Amino acid sequence: MSSTSIEEFRQEVRSWLEKNLPQELRVGSRKGLPKDSLRKWTEALVSRGWITPEWPTEYGGGGLDRKHAAALKAELKAIRAPMITSFGTMMLGPTLLEFGTDEQKQEFLPQISRHEVVWCQGYSEPGAGSDLASLQTRAVRDGDDYVITGQKIWTTGADKADWIFCLVRTDLAAPKHEGISFILFPMHQPGVEVSPLTLIDGSADFSQVFFDGARAQAKHVVGPVNGGWTIAKRLLQHERTTDGGSEGGITGAMKETLADFVKREVGVENGVLADPQLRQRLAQQEIEAKALKLTMRRAREEARAGQTARDIGSLGKYRWANMVQGEQNLAMLALGTQGLGWSGPGFEDTHLERTRAWLTTRADSIWGGTNEVQLNVIAKRVLEIPE
Amino acid sequence: MGLILTEDQLILRNMAKSFFDEKSPVERMRRLRDSQDTTGYSRELWREMGGLGWIGITFPESVGGADMGYSALGVVLRECGRVLAPEPFVSTVLLGGNALLIGGSDKLQEELLPKVSSGERTLCLAFQEQGRFAPYAVSTSAASDGGGFRVRGEKRFVLDGHVSDQIVTVARTAGSSGERAGLTVLVVDADTPGVTVERSELLDGRNAAYIKFDDVAVDAERVLGEVDCGAALLDAVFDRATIGLCAEMVGSFEEAFERTLEYLKMREQFGVKIGTFQALRHRAAHMFGEIEFARSVVLDAQSAIDDGRDDVAECASAAKARCSDVAHLIGGEAIQMHGGIGMTDEEEIGLFAKRLKAAELTLGDANYHRNRFAGLRGY
Repeated sequence: MSSTSIEEFRQEVRSWLEKNLPQELRVGSRKGLPKDSLRKWTEALVSRGWITPEWPTEYGGGGLDRKHAAALKAELKAIRAPMITSFGTMMLGPTLLEFGTDEQKQEFLPQISRHEVVWCQGYSEPGAGSDLASLQTRAVRDGDDYVITGQKIWTTGADKADWIFCLVRTDLAAPKHEGISFILFPMHQPGVEVSPLTLIDGSADFSQVFFDGARAQAKHVVGPVNGGWTIAKRLLQHERTTDGGSEGGITGAMKETLADFVKREVGVENGVLADPQLRQRLAQQEIEAKALKLTMRRAREEARAGQTARDIGSLGKYRWANMVQGEQNLAMLALGTQGLGWSGPGFEDTHLERTRAWLTTRADSIWGGTNEVQLNVIAKRVLEIPE
Repeated sequence: MGLILTEDQLILRNMAKSFFDEKSPVERMRRLRDSQDTTGYSRELWREMGGLGWIGITFPESVGGADMGYSALGVVLRECGRVLAPEPFVSTVLLGGNALLIGGSDKLQEELLPKVSSGERTLCLAFQEQGRFAPYAVSTSAASDGGGFRVRGEKRFVLDGHVSDQIVTVARTAGSSGERAGLTVLVVDADTPGVTVERSELLDGRNAAYIKFDDVAVDAERVLGEVDCGAALLDAVFDRATIGLCAEMVGSFEEAFERTLEYLKMREQFGVKIGTFQALRHRAAHMFGEIEFARSVVLDAQSAIDDGRDDVAECASAAKARCSDVAHLIGGEAIQMHGGIGMTDEEEIGLFAKRLKAAELTLGDANYHRNRFAGLRGY
């Protein structure tokens, strides 16, 4: 496959997409799409290994090199195909490819690339948020198993997950970073209880998960026992790089650009936004979005040219969060009291959607390392200011 | 073109860095200021830069230039900014030079630009009449007079005007102040009867002239662009000048930030390095991000010119809005983080803060450029 030229490959992808991607799915998002055609589209991708295009074919991947995979992604984006990504494809898979045993890879990777098993991430705990390494969920060896006791929180999709990749404490006596293991176990078993959390925006995608004697097989520890922190951090890098580069955040999923939204809500007179303060803020916001996009692109170009080793992952996450929140703050100002609706008459869907988005994006400066944690990382790692 | 330096530009950067480190440490700028040097910069150093091809780096080879584009000019300007070199890039190359390059007849270009490129002649652009950047607020008049014009009026904030050989002058041939239409750009020799130039010094040690035109005769052949249509020429000149100024600003705030960072790592209070305080660490990290973002926007703006893209105006305003905000932030924080010593004239950080403030408000501040950006984006 990788021996075909990029242009030939792109042609092939395009004609394949024409055949396999129904018109109704070309909307750039998975939300609210008919289940049947979404399932068929997923099967079509799976048949080519294109849910995980860069993974080796022996694990159900597409076996593409970086350039061909990038070409495939570009074509999928161009046609606005709904992305079939998951915790399995984005986070656990790359981690297993790097740290898993052959047996673990054989057991888990094909299920992920076939989109058969839904994974969730057991990281945060009520007492371990920004200070993740202070986590207390325990795993005690019992024959060929570990017995798990404790509690996780902010577990996305736990109510729909089949398996969990979980950070557990396997050595109570060791310093906090050195007693953690990374372990995999099924969610559907006695001793696992999932309790969904309703958030300030009314959504319930997160859950608390309680473990009381849940069992994991010892062979499902990834990496060395008590060596899980290295793996945990590596996986978080996958999470951060996934995010900092994305454009527009939650607004990207909306049908209308921020500028069009503000123009419609505030009004334009003689080509000038009716409110001069909002005009300034909107320009500032658009320039910030442009600067973020250019900075992430520059970082990629510099890395490719070997010109710098500066890690700007934390900067990207921090500025991305600020940008996304800035957009929704501005949208709320443009809406005025129309932004305060929750339900009932008098509010358009586009208004209600913005109100919820404003609340949803409060989380962007918290998850995946709070803004304050990102600034700490920049000060220490990039600016090398001694602590 | 990309957002990273090419091999040639990396070589140029190293050359420029050694050149300025050796010949133009920050104390040179201080000496020029303190000695009340009548020129305000070094003519000798300027001619050396001409010899290296840096003055005409964006000019075509036919007029003695190197034709290497704004990405290359930006490399040199950034190094100028790092050492606060006061040589007249903004006045001679970015403003006056661009007006000639974009609007000048072949004859005028051949007459003036080779000598500009070599550093023998300097130029300025006399446009501003009010206390803030407002390019079309021009009352200075140019009345038709036989085959030429008679210019009457007063200009302020003419950068390096006191030593310029030619004053590129914006005058009104029709309409009234504030209107885009009716502007005409003329080249006036500084020694023409009726021209009075008074020098004033600025807070950053550079200078700006107050120029009076009292019935000054200018030949019709000295018009740049079209009569009454000078605004289009000025727009293009200001876009390029703004982007160049931003490249210099990047150098200045990068250097001010690096010096401040060193201070955080060195200065001790309460028995510890002040860089251990989270209140300062977070602000330093934020400043780093602001600088990186500004730099990206400026690099992109430079390649917008070099690649002949159609969004140069938007890029120029995005760059200046960002750089002006960052200049204000870094200038202020640099003094604050240095504490009392930052208030002394002896400590160089104050020189950076002053230059950054001057550059922030030159060619339009952040508010001006955000409004312009909004207009270009249709709101």
